[in-house]
Amino acid sequence: MIDRRTLVGGGLAAPFLLGGLKGARAQDGGPLKIAFMYVGPIGDLGWSYQHDQGRLAVEEHFGDKVQTSYVESVPEGADAERVLRQMAQAGNKLIFATSFGFMQAVINVAKQFPDTVFEHCTGFQTAPNVGIYNGRFYEGRYVSGHLAGRMSQKKTIGYIGSFPIPENIMGINAYTLGAQRVIPDVTTKVVWVNSWYDPGKEAEAANALMDQGCDFIVQHTDSPAPVQAAEKRGVWCVGQASDMGRFGPERCLTSVVDDWASHYIKSTQHVLDGTWQSEDYWGGLAEESVVLTPWNDAVPADVQAELDQLVSEIKNKTTHPFQGEVKNQAGEVVVPAGTVISDADLLKMMYFVQGVDSTLPG
Amino acid sequence: MLRLTRRTNPSRSLEILAPLVAVALTLVVAAILFVALGKNPADAFAAMFWRPVQDLYGWSELGVKVAPLILCAVGLAIGFRASVWNIGAEGQIVVGAIAASWVALATGEGGFGLPGWLLPLLAGALGGMVWGAIPALLRTKANANEILVSLMLVYVGGFLLQYVVRGPMRDPMSFGFPQSPMFPDPARLPILLDTTRLHLGFALALLAALVAWLFVARSYQGFVFRLSGEAPAAAAYAGFSRAKVIWGSFLISGGLAGLAGAAEVLGPIGQLQPAVSPGYGFAAIIVAFLGRLHPIGIIAAALLMGLFYLGGEIAQMELQLPIAITGVFQGLLLFFLLGADTFVRWRLVLGGTR
Repeated sequence: MIDRRTLVGGGLAAPFLLGGLKGARAQDGGPLKIAFMYVGPIGDLGWSYQHDQGRLAVEEHFGDKVQTSYVESVPEGADAERVLRQMAQAGNKLIFATSFGFMQAVINVAKQFPDTVFEHCTGFQTAPNVGIYNGRFYEGRYVSGHLAGRMSQKKTIGYIGSFPIPENIMGINAYTLGAQRVIPDVTTKVVWVNSWYDPGKEAEAANALMDQGCDFIVQHTDSPAPVQAAEKRGVWCVGQASDMGRFGPERCLTSVVDDWASHYIKSTQHVLDGTWQSEDYWGGLAEESVVLTPWNDAVPADVQAELDQLVSEIKNKTTHPFQGEVKNQAGEVVVPAGTVISDADLLKMMYFVQGVDSTLPG
Repeated sequence: MLRLTRRTNPSRSLEILAPLVAVALTLVVAAILFVALGKNPADAFAAMFWRPVQDLYGWSELGVKVAPLILCAVGLAIGFRASVWNIGAEGQIVVGAIAASWVALATGEGGFGLPGWLLPLLAGALGGMVWGAIPALLRTKANANEILVSLMLVYVGGFLLQYVVRGPMRDPMSFGFPQSPMFPDPARLPILLDTTRLHLGFALALLAALVAWLFVARSYQGFVFRLSGEAPAAAAYAGFSRAKVIWGSFLISGGLAGLAGAAEVLGPIGQLQPAVSPGYGFAAIIVAFLGRLHPIGIIAAALLMGLFYLGGEIAQMELQLPIAITGVFQGLLLFFLLGADTFVRWRLVLGGTR
């Protein structure tokens, strides 16, 4: 039994200092077998779809040198460990597990297959043969917030959350802070769907936000249903995970896209070269792991220029979504003036900033 | 015109054969499907039905998968025979898992000289019983439809789980991620087979099937349950209490479902997570009917369903078949089973009215 607490420290600290894993290559001459485990269907047009796009990019980039496979809709729970084990046993030497709930299973199976490389998306536990990776989605949300500030008339904007976990909370806060650049007294309303993918509930949530007077909505869930709902009622919105522009040609102003391709290609190259090392990769706009699709024509040219400027500032680190002074709802300073929040503080963010009209459940 | 007339004497052997016919028809249609998808049916069947169980480890994984299915289905079948429709085993699983987790975290190092897993396991069964008691109470006191009440309580149980993993039971070391701490080792169920994940829950499932069989086939109470379902008027005339049958059905099926949930978290999962069961409580309804509501049949049916799940994963990995294939298999099987059943009990007659 692995004691997680001893690992947590290592997970966030420097990557394990370990030479590349020898023997990670399947057999010399044979293709490197790579497997992907998805939590949803690849047809979700969101999270799992984007990971599968990354898989296809790996295939295209490496051709005969790799052979990929995937298992979709793997439930988080007792099943994940079996699927991972089957993948490792089938000779896959690089395995991507693309949901937080797979964490314990990844750690368990990785112990049994020390010369197989595992990469776990959105988790926080690492091991010599387990790396973690994630996207700085909050950077895209910050830009979305600025866009919302420019487009909203009612000073009330909406956010469809999946689960009240730090990833969502930092997104909501970044969105609010972004909007405050333009409208200092903006109000962000939040509806939790308690699912990553549930088109019915997502559409309901979008409608609930619009009923509450929001005239700009973004989503932290993966189906295009909120975009379709907003398009129907003529409300501005931003797509999530994949390019959702075609579901809201008039109203979807951009999409915050997760682009895993570059990370997958890089990791594959490292495993092929025998230089792979366990690391904690957290890429954002600068690394193009998070990408904003081209602005809709409905965004005025001057606003487009502002947004482009903001994106390049985030890329070259002259602007950070969480730069002080930032106050929480209670009015306490959480990021002092003149400083920028640390990654560790971001990853455990469990408070809303001022301007968010919601309380954290639980 | 076609119409169905009831057979006066349905053949007993045909009744037993019907599931086999259904399985055979499922395989035939599946083979056609595989060809249509451009796959060699022999490869596909090998991936789905042979590869998952080609070694002992595979069998142990099948055991892990079927344990909750058997536990739930055996309990549900007792109620179904008595015409008590508990559709909410999924919720009882979840509440059982919550109760077991709570006790495991509170007492997990053991104590009272008992193994650390015993109290959590019992708490799980109790939690499932409590959740099952609600529809029983509302049925007997307010005549509320137990199908609807038990089904709706699934969602209530789901929200309860979402609440506890985010609130009172969240691991303070998990960076706000919704999950409980890992249970202490003594609270984890003993492993039956070294180097596998096959846990005590599987043995309990087989034991439950045996006890259920003795109960239904050999005990006086079992007779009362059956009579109450098959001939309610006669049962009432004989003075048997319908309320007792309803309560008994829900407490047994709820308790076993709670036990299944407890065994999942104390066994393979090792902590309380927002997702405990991928729908075992609902799949168990299919398993119960596929197994003819008979404990031995249920074990066979659970093994078959479990194989569909495991084989579906391998078919995805090796043949790039879509995951929908698992659902299609289950659907086909249920369809043909219901069809075969119909023809065992009814006859197709050509011609007009009688």
